[in-house]
Parts: sequence; structure tokens; C-alpha cells
Amino acid sequence: MTDHELKLKSIRYRRDLLQYIVLAGAGHTGGSLSCIDILNVLYNRILRVFPESWTDPCRDRYVQSKGHSVEALYVVLADRGFFPKSQLETLCRYQSPFVGHPTRKIPGIEMNTGALGHGLSICVGMAIAGKMDSATYHVYTLLGDGELAEGSNWEAAMAASHHRLDNLTAILDHNRLQITGRTREVCNTEPVDAKFRSFGWTVRTADGHDVGQLTDVLSQDPERGKPTLIIANTVKGKGVRFIENVVRWHHGVPSAEELDQALAELDAAEAALAEASE
Amino acid sequence: MSAPAPSMFSTAAQATAKGLGLAMGRSNLEVFADTLLALAQTDRQILAVTSDSRGSGKLGPFSQAFPDHLVEVGIAEQNLVGVAAGLARNGKKTYAISPASFLTARALEQIKNDVCYSDVPVKLVGISAGVSYGALGSTHHALHDLAVLRAIPNILIIVPADNFETRAAVQAAAAADRPIYLRFGKSPMVDFHDSETPFEIGTAIEIRPGHDLAFIGTGETVIHCLLAAAQLENEGLNCRVVSMHTVKPLDTHALFRAGRECRAVITVEEHSAHGGLGEACGAALLQAGISPRFRIVAIPDEDTVTGSQADIFRHYHISMEGLIQIGHEVL
Repeated sequence: MTDHELKLKSIRYRRDLLQYIVLAGAGHTGGSLSCIDILNVLYNRILRVFPESWTDPCRDRYVQSKGHSVEALYVVLADRGFFPKSQLETLCRYQSPFVGHPTRKIPGIEMNTGALGHGLSICVGMAIAGKMDSATYHVYTLLGDGELAEGSNWEAAMAASHHRLDNLTAILDHNRLQITGRTREVCNTEPVDAKFRSFGWTVRTADGHDVGQLTDVLSQDPERGKPTLIIANTVKGKGVRFIENVVRWHHGVPSAEELDQALAELDAAEAALAEASE
Repeated sequence: MSAPAPSMFSTAAQATAKGLGLAMGRSNLEVFADTLLALAQTDRQILAVTSDSRGSGKLGPFSQAFPDHLVEVGIAEQNLVGVAAGLARNGKKTYAISPASFLTARALEQIKNDVCYSDVPVKLVGISAGVSYGALGSTHHALHDLAVLRAIPNILIIVPADNFETRAAVQAAAAADRPIYLRFGKSPMVDFHDSETPFEIGTAIEIRPGHDLAFIGTGETVIHCLLAAAQLENEGLNCRVVSMHTVKPLDTHALFRAGRECRAVITVEEHSAHGGLGEACGAALLQAGISPRFRIVAIPDEDTVTGSQADIFRHYHISMEGLIQIGHEVL
């Protein structure tokens, strides 16, 4: 799949997730828009996880620790064929399997997440199991900025380097905002890179909205014996100007007018992308 | 450290046990560790995950025999349970072993989400449970674990009473592909079952028949029920003793039979009076319309008295003498 095709997908994913959030009347708009390019590259270029064989023991593992951005994950999994996209119309509805945080009821989802600070420990366990079995799979998790205040992340970060887990990659959706405001002001987690390096991790950075950069950084070989953190610099709400970098869109749901405005902006972005490629 | 702990049994209780032909066994914790080691001999998927707890978990022999099958995460219980869930999700038969007080309080959210809600078959092993740590105080006591775990869907709770029940419970848990909490104390236990006793998760064991009074105990309190029943027999009171080793799901069949056939039911547990075996039994009896005289013997909702496990048991009537007194009061 070319970069151009991936960029088109990102726009379509943004359009879809906004529509499903509006239909459900609930969702984590800002964070889903922030991490959608990362999920796009992971599922379309990196992860060896396929709908027809997703329980294969050799598959790569992806655990979404920042579970609240589940709408982004659902939209990508639907596009990859794990379930029909129309099922997402039931998101958050009475008796729907599509819960507002990741759930194993949905094909393709490894673990139930949503309470913050859980994914990294789970991935440490999965990566240790991989080492024990000399398995070739790689383990990935997606962390949020605000989530890093949870102490369990640091317990897991210590254990990951202690156990020399070079088959583990954590990606930080580094949009610098959380529900109350700027992470720097709520409880500063910076410098994240120096902290993880001091915990024995390899730290790399990328523009979290540049599919080329994300592909490159996710394709690099890990340093032997060291887990990898990728700091993906992102913009919360990316792709819709009135949502970008605005705290209240953490879990704000667009009105009908706001949705129209957002979709018009995404249509324009798609047209511009098509024009640029011609 | 504290002064040598007094015996869990008074001289009279020891004489009663001798009269019943009972002998002191080992701690349930040691029997757990031995059983796990034996299981690992034939099943190389078995892993022990510890939070600097291999010594307190009596896992020295296990770690020597299978050094690659023990995963150490340091003093980090949240990570312990998360890592255990990740291992189990990848086919490892994982036992997360840590003092019950820390395992079920500090890592409760990991138990709830990563194990139970995600339906990953981790065996959670709460060691030195209840007031095993005695005078070390309430920070180290686990008197909440049954209550909090009862409120979480998708976990079995097993509290073996003696060495036989421990061995059988660990073997049954190993064969069950689902989340299970096993709770062990560290005091040597009197063995009262013979090796022919059938053991099944969820099925209580009637140790002694009777129709005047039923003692329904769980874990390390059951022996005290048995001794009290033997003494009350001398007074002409015919007392049933039931080991409710599985606290969830409760064996309501055995409970209702006791409630219908006996004049009184006394539940006994090394746990808070709130949310444990007693309240589970009381609620079940009431909803079934069965109303014997009823008493919960447990640790009350107060700052637990300082002392050894034996002191604390005696203080709160979890002793042969204490249960005889409660039996008289109830009847």
C-alpha cells in the first residue's frame, strides 16, 4: 500500500469515527483523531494480524492501553475486515458488543482495556511468553500522555528492560493534552524520553501523523536486549481544525452542524490529496 | 521480629484433636508449593510469577527445579498481575503468587480487568492470608479479599482448610481453564480429611454429621469448628461441620441442607464480617426462606487487636473454646 493510499485511508477513518461517535452520542473524539494515523500504519503496514487468522499463535500482539480511543481501533479493524463496518452502528447501544472501550467480544482485540496503566504490563507478559517460546511475534502497545501518570506504567517499564524485552514496542500518542488540560500543567510527565532512556529503553521519535515517518520508525530493528518506546508527536483532534488542540474535545461529541463542518473539511482534504497525486 | 507465636490450639484443644486421632500436618502454603512443583514436572507450561515473594511463597524448590519457569517482577503487585495476564493470554499456565493483602488490594484493578473481565485463566495465589502475619499488623492482614473478589464476576474463590484440601484444590485449579483465587495461610495445619475424600470445586465437604447445630467454616478456621463440635458432642449436642472451601460459587445445596436440618447455623471465617462467607450464607438462606438461628463468627469491623494469629483467633472466638461459647449462646 502506497503512502498516498494510506493518507486517503486516514481521512476516511477520521470521517468514519466522527460519524460513529455522533451516532453513538459518545466517544473520545480528540484522542481517536490523534492516534488514527498510528493505527493506520500499524494495521496496514506493520502488524502481522489478519482477520482470517487472527488467533494464530504467531500473530503480532497489539494491546491498546489508551483504551478510550476505541473508536479509532474499531474503525480500522472494520476496514481490515475483522467485522462488517455496519455493525459499528450499534456502538454503545443497549446489548451491543461494541463497548466504549476495547473488548475481547470483538474479533481482533486482544485484551479488555480502558482503565489506564494496564496495557504495558500485559504486553510485558506477552513479550516474556514470546521469549520463552522463541516466538517471532512482536508485541505493541499504544500509550497516552495522561496515562503515564499511572505508576503501573513505570513498574512495567522497569520489568521490560530487566527482562531484556526487545520484542516489545510501546508507542506514545504524545498529544500533550488530557481531560483536564495540558499534561505539563496537570502533572508533568516530561521529559518522557529521558525517563524511558533511564529505565533502559531505546527511545525514538516520529511525527505521529506522517505515515512515512511512522512506517520508518516502526520498521527499524530494535536494539538487542532493549524495549523500544516510539514517541509519536501528535495533535489531539488532528484533521478537524475546530477540534485540534482544544481540551473540551477529549470526549466532546459534535453536534449535527459541527459534524457537517468536520466532514466538509475532511472532504476538502481528500480532494486536495487526490489533486496533489495527479 | 515478634516473640515466638503461641500455639493456635489450647492444651484442651490439642487433647481434643488427639482424641479424634488427628495429627499436625504442614502449612497449606508449603503443600501448595509442593503440589505446584509436582504439576510442573509434567506440564512445562506452568509458570510462577512472583513479586519478590518466592521465599514467602515457599517456592525455593520450584525455582531451583525450574528456574526458567519463575518470572520475577520485583515488589510491584500491579505489574505482577498484568504480566501474569499477558503470559496467560499467550498460553502459559500462570500462577501469580503474592501476599494476599497486597495482591488483592493493590492489584485489584488488574485482577478485575486484566484477569476476570478479559477472561484470562490466571491463578491468583494469595499467600499468608487472613491474619497470618499476626502482630505485623493490619497493613499485612487480608481480611477484605473474599469480599472484594466476591463482587467481581468471573472468578472462583477457594480457601482450603487443610493439607488434603490444599493439594486437591491446587490440582483442580490447574485443570480449570479460568480465573481462580486460591487463599493460603502459613501456619501448620491439622489434617482431618483422609485421602479418599472426594474434592470438587464448588462442593462443600461435610466433615461431621449433626442436626443440632451446623458450623460452616472456611480455610484455617474449619479445624476449630471440628474441635468445638467434638466437645459439644460430650454435652449431648450433635453438631455438623461443613468445610465451605469454595466461597464462590457457594455450595447452596450443602448450606440449605444445614439450614433446614439444624436448629442453628454458625459461619466461621478468618475475614471481615463484612462481605465474606457469613454474609454470603446469610443472604442465600434468607432469600431461600430458610431461617435457622444464625451467627457470623469473623473479624469485626474494627481496628484488629494486636497479637499473633493465634491471639487474634482467640480474641475473636475463632477457637474451640470460643466456638463452644458461641454455640451455647446461639442454642
